[in-house]
Amino acid sequence: MSLHDKYAAFVWPAYGVTALVFAWMVIDTLLRAGRWRRQAERLEEDSRP
Amino acid sequence: MFAALANPHRFMGFSRWAAPLLGVVALLLIAPALWLGFAAPPDYQQGTTVRIMFIHVPAAQSAMFVYACLGGASFFSLVFRHALADAAARAAAPLGAAFTLLALVTGSLWGRPMWGAWWVWDARLTSVLVLFLLFLGYMALRSAIDDEARAARAAAILALVGLINLPIIYFSVDWWNSLHQGESIFRPGGPAIATVFLIPLGLMSLGYLAAFGSLWLARTRAEIWRRRAQVAAVQAAGR
Repeated sequence: MSLHDKYAAFVWPAYGVTALVFAWMVIDTLLRAGRWRRQAERLEEDSRP
Repeated sequence: MFAALANPHRFMGFSRWAAPLLGVVALLLIAPALWLGFAAPPDYQQGTTVRIMFIHVPAAQSAMFVYACLGGASFFSLVFRHALADAAARAAAPLGAAFTLLALVTGSLWGRPMWGAWWVWDARLTSVLVLFLLFLGYMALRSAIDDEARAARAAAILALVGLINLPIIYFSVDWWNSLHQGESIFRPGGPAIATVFLIPLGLMSLGYLAAFGSLWLARTRAEIWRRRAQVAAVQAAGR
């Protein structure tokens, strides 16, 4: 299957956008989870008597 | 299982290993699907644009599945006032919006060479656009109301009303004249797609669902931590 035929200008951007959106979903999820976990643990530590 | 996981403590224990496990399963499904998809021959009518099918159809299926999950979680949140269900609903919305955006963009990139248009106000395309707006509306509504309990109720009602759009999307190609092709996988008489395309498509669809499962669990965990942080902040301020 050719990678550079007349439809390449449509196929590659479709895969590129998909890769970008998946990267956003993974990175945003990991950053969000890490941030809130650290914040919850810090605040729970602070609020202990 | 639902009753057991409804306990946030148990859910955190379960999701701690289930989220990464589902992520690995997603990679193990998507990698061979990509390989088989790129190795597949050109379609006799659509040429190499058939490759877009391997990412467009799973995105559209996932978008509808995520909305069904959002609706289900919203139902449990609204009827049983379950905090975990509300956290799950909130966590699902951005992922659903992302999958719907992918379905729209990849569909547009497929439509231009096949139909000669980036976009048509066709029943299938328009109902998927409405799905995207429902996800955005859900997130906007939650952000617009300061009282989290009121925001959760209002957003849950919106999500439940929006469920009516799912059968409209699915049957739109049967109910109205459409440029979009009709059901070609789950239909009487078997799939209308050659096996050489069906296998990568099936693997990719399962891979997308596993990826969603992994990300949904991880985002629900993040939402639970956010709420724990809020409670701890209030307790710390009261001391």
